[in-house]
Amino acid sequence: MSKVLVVTSGKGGVGKTTTTAALGAALAQRGDKVVVVDFDVGLRNLDLVMGAERRVVFDLINVVQGVAKLPQALIRDKRLENLWLLPASQTRDKDALTEEGVGKVIDDLRARFDWVICDSPAGIERGASMAMRFADEAVIVTNPEVSSVRDSDRIIGMLDSKTVRAEKGERVEKHILITRYDPSRAARGEMLTIDDILEILATPLLGIIPESQDVLKASNVGTPVTLSNADGAPARAYIDAARRLCGDTVPMQVPTERKGFMDRLLRRRAA
Amino acid sequence: MSMGLLRLLRGNKASAPVARERLQILLAHERGLRGQPDLLGVLREEILAVVSRHVTLDPTKVIVRLERGVEVSTLEVDIEVPNDLERKRVAVA
Repeated sequence: MSKVLVVTSGKGGVGKTTTTAALGAALAQRGDKVVVVDFDVGLRNLDLVMGAERRVVFDLINVVQGVAKLPQALIRDKRLENLWLLPASQTRDKDALTEEGVGKVIDDLRARFDWVICDSPAGIERGASMAMRFADEAVIVTNPEVSSVRDSDRIIGMLDSKTVRAEKGERVEKHILITRYDPSRAARGEMLTIDDILEILATPLLGIIPESQDVLKASNVGTPVTLSNADGAPARAYIDAARRLCGDTVPMQVPTERKGFMDRLLRRRAA
Repeated sequence: MSMGLLRLLRGNKASAPVARERLQILLAHERGLRGQPDLLGVLREEILAVVSRHVTLDPTKVIVRLERGVEVSTLEVDIEVPNDLERKRVAVA
């Protein structure tokens, strides 16, 4: 049975595209057939993060408008044969996304893939609402920071009211993914804690991705972080998150500070 | 040495609890408003309509502001009336 998953946040720059690529690759590595779909019309970037920017011929808008057939627009990943990309248009504007057209593309994708992962643009306008419109599940990417948490709350409200599932009286299953978590700042009380965020948003946690150089390095070379440094902390956190999406029970790893000598001496506790 | 004592010595206060409290207050408010018409917009239109029946007003000089506090909130209505205050004759039906 296939699932449509939207990766969303409201706020920009929190890690939606990184997360889409990393979860997509992690799920494909498990053997599921996965397509990642870029809804950021006019500002596409998922192709770049996936390292497929030079292979884009047709895009989502072309398929929505019937200019191209779906198989012509799908780009197969060079590393994982189960992973595909449907890029966004760089030239059109978001108004080209009609609800009827997007719905039909999503239906076609459901028939071909186990996971349809929709990478939402920032904001709450058409692109974002179309990305979540047909979702069964949602990953809300949140940074431990007030503006990100506020926007996540707003997005949760939209998921509960503006999706097809919500309108049918069903639920979109929601998960919080905390990214850019800095354990040393958390320990110093400078950053909202995991418990604070979960209590405020009243939504279950999918995973905690630590702030890491790995993420920037991965996007530099156009490889999902789960493939570029599979043993690194962010990759492991994303792989665990993907397992939880599949229903596995995986203990939650809260990233902790790398303690230096002085810290050990002072027995500082991680908050 | 505890974290609290360390912080005291450094003279820096944890800002995360402030963030948490501000968010809780703000979101409680925003969730209440969700799906409802824009309260301030409606108030502004209706106040403008009532006052305009008696005084000629520049609609851009009517400011309605709501300040939300923990205990009480204040509604501030600021209407600028021109000095050559011209009373309108109210048409009696």
